[in-house]
Amino acid sequence: MAFDYDKWIRPGKLPHIWCPGCGHGIVMKGLIRAMETLKLEKNDTAIVSGIGCASRLPGYIDCCTLHTAHGRAAAFATGVKMAKPEMNVILVGGDGDGTAIGGNHFIHACRRNIDMTYIIMNNYIYGMTGGQFSPCTPTGHKASTTPYGNPDPGFDIAKLAIGAGATFVARGTAFHANQIDKLIVEAIQHKGFSVVEILDDCPTTYGRRNKYKSVIEMMNRLKEVAVPVKAAEKMTAEQLQGKVLTGVLYKEENKPEYTSEYAKVIERASAAK
Amino acid sequence: MSKKVAFLQGNEAAAQGALYAGCNFFGGYPITPSTEVAEVMSVELPKIGGKFIQMEDEIGAMAVILGAALAGSKVLTSTSGPGLSLKQELIGYGCIAEIPCVIYNVMRGGPSTGMPTGPSQSDVMCAKWGTHGDHPAICLTPASVQETYEEVIRAFNLSEKYRTPVMVMPDEIVAHMRERIVFPEKGEIEVVPRKAPTVEPAQYKPYDTSYGDVPPLASFGSGYRFHVTGLNKMQDGFPTTKAEVVQAEEERQVRKVDANIDDIVTFEEYLLDDAEVVVVAYGSTSRSARYAVNAAREQGIKAGMFRIKTFWPFPDKQIKALATKTKGFIIPEMNLGMCALELERCVQGKAPVLGIFRVDGEPINPDQIVEKIKEVK
Amino acid sequence: MEKTLPKIEIIEKYCKGCHICVEFCPKDCLEMKGFYASVKNLEACIKCMQCELRCPDFAIKVITE
Ligand SMILES: Cc1ncc(C[n+]2csc(CCOP(=O)(O)OP(=O)(O)O)c2C)c(N)n1
Ligand code: SF4
Ligand code: SF4
Ligand code: SF4
Ligand SMILES: [Mg+2]
Repeated sequence: MAFDYDKWIRPGKLPHIWCPGCGHGIVMKGLIRAMETLKLEKNDTAIVSGIGCASRLPGYIDCCTLHTAHGRAAAFATGVKMAKPEMNVILVGGDGDGTAIGGNHFIHACRRNIDMTYIIMNNYIYGMTGGQFSPCTPTGHKASTTPYGNPDPGFDIAKLAIGAGATFVARGTAFHANQIDKLIVEAIQHKGFSVVEILDDCPTTYGRRNKYKSVIEMMNRLKEVAVPVKAAEKMTAEQLQGKVLTGVLYKEENKPEYTSEYAKVIERASAAK
Repeated sequence: MSKKVAFLQGNEAAAQGALYAGCNFFGGYPITPSTEVAEVMSVELPKIGGKFIQMEDEIGAMAVILGAALAGSKVLTSTSGPGLSLKQELIGYGCIAEIPCVIYNVMRGGPSTGMPTGPSQSDVMCAKWGTHGDHPAICLTPASVQETYEEVIRAFNLSEKYRTPVMVMPDEIVAHMRERIVFPEKGEIEVVPRKAPTVEPAQYKPYDTSYGDVPPLASFGSGYRFHVTGLNKMQDGFPTTKAEVVQAEEERQVRKVDANIDDIVTFEEYLLDDAEVVVVAYGSTSRSARYAVNAAREQGIKAGMFRIKTFWPFPDKQIKALATKTKGFIIPEMNLGMCALELERCVQGKAPVLGIFRVDGEPINPDQIVEKIKEVK
Repeated sequence: MEKTLPKIEIIEKYCKGCHICVEFCPKDCLEMKGFYASVKNLEACIKCMQCELRCPDFAIKVITE
């Protein structure tokens, strides 16, 4: 049966603002399917974003939605979650928003292991502002501000998240659409800070400059580079050259979750009163 | 029953005032000379089931309180100069999204790291013009420990009543001095609750002006779901670029304060009835000014003081009225003439405005002010 | 057992003509007709839902039963 997205989309908000072939729409659909699978209560679900094309996502979804300032989603969301720990708090945004201007809040949300899910749409570029390089643009690639090729090395978002203390880290791609909701479901179910990176495409500002003839070529690239973690186990280092692992990359169940820890602070303080 | 009395520091009084006002969420980042507020809140909030969080920086601290406020909390952050600069983008967010919050900023020497332990009054313009774009600004400048306590309560009330960020800005002297404070009984000082929606969730619009210039604010997780953005928005909270809507909404946001100046502005008139020379002062400087006015009177000069308690909105009306019957204004301040500019704007050349400006980390002493008073002919 | 065919609905006011559904249909059931996607060969459809899942614009629905 066709999936009923309308149940989650705010009436009259489609078509969305994203360009033809932009993967952000595919990710939004994955998030909606995940919320439906988990039967999340709309009134108790907050979707928080920063600024950028990806960060426009919350406006479409019929939940408590908060479109904050560039890079600040994790910090706003921490306030929502601390104030109402019973709410489901989901963060969405782009690679630039999350790893450049918002990098500090991102790593500290990981460190606290606060029970929220962060979906980061990595299209390797600042899409909204017209294609300047982001901390995720691969070295050598073209952006409007790296006309001679990007001299910067890029971040590996998953490694960054794991290193900073996130306790669930997964990666998918916009091409592997039917995996997106499954990863998000697992991420939301995980108690702690969960990060789902979705490798995405921006045909308009990234594809064009980097010799992708069409969005189809960009999708094909995602198809080719992605290797599920299970499959990778049987592959040699050589075979894995240039590939990107997908699936659940990291999971740790024992690290204390922040709002639960703060509940203990409240208990200790009340006892000391 | 006799009232509870204590000997408290300004910053400690601020924290106590916040608790009286029902503050149940604090987000901050340590910075001298404001840190005691965070320390007291970290002790007291969890005792009452409230939340304290030390964030990774002041931008995060501002963000976390705005998020918590949208989830229904009464929120406070405390900081000083460099931190206030960092918070600015999100103070603007609070203004446009109309989120009640209180920012307690202790004024120390600046710019930049400046003089962390030195007093100053050089953030008063930052309180109004620090964030970009047109926006409402409310800023209170208490002059004593008791007043810091009370003004923090008033700040919470104003932020709820007008659904906008409110700043309380003592200078370092007020924040760090210790004085006797008498605590009000519960209920003695009014505490204004957030105006909650009365309509069904399906009908709710976060910026519904049919309720006047200050629409009720629902909270996330209370059965109401809505959209909040820092983009110019329509009454339903969704972004718009429609010229007439943007214009109307911007004007309304500013009007929330501008149309209620008499409700917001507070001041003290000290010996002004027959005053020929008026010292305009605020914060700790007003303490020296009071002393100076008394000293000048002893020397036969008819001096008085107009003490600014609410710096923004500025008491234009009162200054304009004084300008018609005053020979001269003296403005002592611990900056290079910020309030003086506002005074000149209001006095409109009807009387001289003489400044005493210090930015050396030393307080302005009464003698300096008496000398200036004598210069008015 | 007789094969039941799905109904494939393309919502033209949402379709942005990106070709994704057409390119990645494993059975080549879809085509671009002018700006919009359109059904070319419904009989071949195996109801894999790939087109619906990948359409970034909520513009294609595969209705089975
Ligand atoms: C403080 C601030 N600095 C810069 C900008 C301009 N800006 C808006 S979106 C954006 C980049 C967004 O890139 P990303 O997060 O990767 O999202 P995408 O558009 O690629 O989905 C920038 C630099 C801003 N809005 N605010
Ligand atoms: S500019 Fe890029 S990221 Fe933004 S909507 Fe267009 S394709 Fe998507
Ligand atoms: S359901 Fe599968 S086979 Fe049928 S049209 Fe869509 S992609 Fe092609
Ligand atoms: S994937 Fe969707 S938007 Fe793209 S051509 Fe097909 S129906 Fe149209
Ligand atoms: Mg991007």
